[in-house]
Amino acid sequence: MGMTISEKILSRHAGLDAVHPGMLINAKVDIAHGNDITAPIAIDAFRKAGGKKVFDRTRVVLIPDHFSPNKDIDSAEQCKMMRDFAHEQELIHYYEVGEAGVEHALLPEKGIVVPGDLTVGADSHTCTYGALGAFSTGVGSTDLAAAMMTGELWFKVPETMKLVYHGRLNPWVGGKDLILYTIGLIGVDGAIYRAMEFTGETISELTMADRFTMANMAIEAGGKAGIFIPDAVTEAYVQGRALRPYTFHTSDPDAVYHSVIDIDVAKIEPQVSFPHLPSNARGISAVGDVKIDQSVIGSCTNGRIEDLRIAAGVLKGRRIAPGYRLIVIPATPVVYRQAMQEGLFDIFLDAGGVISPPTCGPCLGGYMGILAQGERCVSTTNRNFVGRMGHKGSEVYLAGPAVAAATAVLGRLAGPDQLQ
Amino acid sequence: MKFKGKIWKFGDNIDTDAIIPARYLNIWDPRGLAAHCMEDASPEFAKLVKPGDIIVGGENFGCGSSREHAPIAIKAAGVACVVARSFARIFYRNSFNMGLPIFESRELWEKVQEGEEIEVDADAGFIRAGAALLPIQQVPPFMQELIADGGLMNHIARKGL
Repeated sequence: MGMTISEKILSRHAGLDAVHPGMLINAKVDIAHGNDITAPIAIDAFRKAGGKKVFDRTRVVLIPDHFSPNKDIDSAEQCKMMRDFAHEQELIHYYEVGEAGVEHALLPEKGIVVPGDLTVGADSHTCTYGALGAFSTGVGSTDLAAAMMTGELWFKVPETMKLVYHGRLNPWVGGKDLILYTIGLIGVDGAIYRAMEFTGETISELTMADRFTMANMAIEAGGKAGIFIPDAVTEAYVQGRALRPYTFHTSDPDAVYHSVIDIDVAKIEPQVSFPHLPSNARGISAVGDVKIDQSVIGSCTNGRIEDLRIAAGVLKGRRIAPGYRLIVIPATPVVYRQAMQEGLFDIFLDAGGVISPPTCGPCLGGYMGILAQGERCVSTTNRNFVGRMGHKGSEVYLAGPAVAAATAVLGRLAGPDQLQ
Repeated sequence: MKFKGKIWKFGDNIDTDAIIPARYLNIWDPRGLAAHCMEDASPEFAKLVKPGDIIVGGENFGCGSSREHAPIAIKAAGVACVVARSFARIFYRNSFNMGLPIFESRELWEKVQEGEEIEVDADAGFIRAGAALLPIQQVPPFMQELIADGGLMNHIARKGL
């Protein structure tokens, strides 16, 4: 019987010839990583269990990105605990403010995660690296502690859902719109306990940035992983970047799937997910007149250079609406410098925006753009739960960078086509 | 494992931001987290919850972030166990890893009212709610072992890995 790409990666890391959905396996992980929120609990658990040395100092990665540059004393203490541990353990992948960025943009950019890997991260959006053809999944701090200690972890082999995208993309439609549409279609628990395999002729034409965005949000449908079959686009991205040898796996033609869903992308226009679930997605022509106070363009979903270029393309020569706030957050120092050199910062500043250093910032209500009661934000981030970005009486609308930028100009939910 | 307690009932898609909002994630002391448990879903919960109480959730309980602060806050608040129609995967795993007992029941949610007392008998595989006797899904032996050892790290320490 054939196997899916996910089953192949899991079986190889478990040292088994084959695995099938439902099996509980023990598998070796290539990378285990945490951030300033999740690592302190993992470090504490590591020490309490008698941990002295991490299993491999080149494969445990710690990134301060959520509340850093530190927003307050408690955050500073958490970051310090992580920093001290990284130095004590002589980790080679610890990045200080100035070289750190949003973890899920930074790890692929630096070639730390490569195709064929099995990686775990104490952050739910670890599923992002599925874009590279890796099986990567979010775990909690205790799992991270166990992985840091032993280099292994228990996994339940998931069933796989195959999502097949056909047809040509409409203008201003990108990876974010495809994934919001998909989550709207299957629901926030539509892929619970499963891997989501994204395939089809449309996918083969997508950039890596679009693929990262889609894999990132597999968790918003409850997915254990989002995964793409690596191809020439993947090869072009990892070449010269990958720090380790990599393997391209594919799914066998006779692999068994939980289900197969066909999606005609010609029907998809730019999407907006209304409060308070990512699945409340609708096309931009159906959003109605919704006044918005703030746009956030950034995060592990849409803080890459391609995203900032799209936003700048919409904002060039325009001003944001009076009283509006536009917050732009390049995901990594490399993206930051590139945006600056390409002149994108001039466009954002001329439009009336503010540019933040790389951080997760307001995505999870951390800082750098928190909402007051009754305020509304359109954000390129990945969650719009109650209170996600501040007061529980505020609202978050999820969209891609084109809609977030056009909305900033008009002060109400809008797509770029509505600008003069 | 047997639990008998008063229930707190919640709806579908109770996310980890509702269980413990991100604004408190600069805390990692369990008691500090417990003081804000369920704050955005039920502002009175942390004040009124009693040791041994049981949470009953709908579909996809614990969806959202991987923050282990969520099951830590629930456990530290004194909640004995959580029974939901379904759980988000990371929350499910985190709960076992840190020794918070959780159970899936497709039927319980419709049959119970907030404040009612129920009995969860995981060994016998049923929940008693009033006159109803409802089956609960069997927990795989490996995961029963995790709970019995008090979580994944104790399990690893016990096995001497």
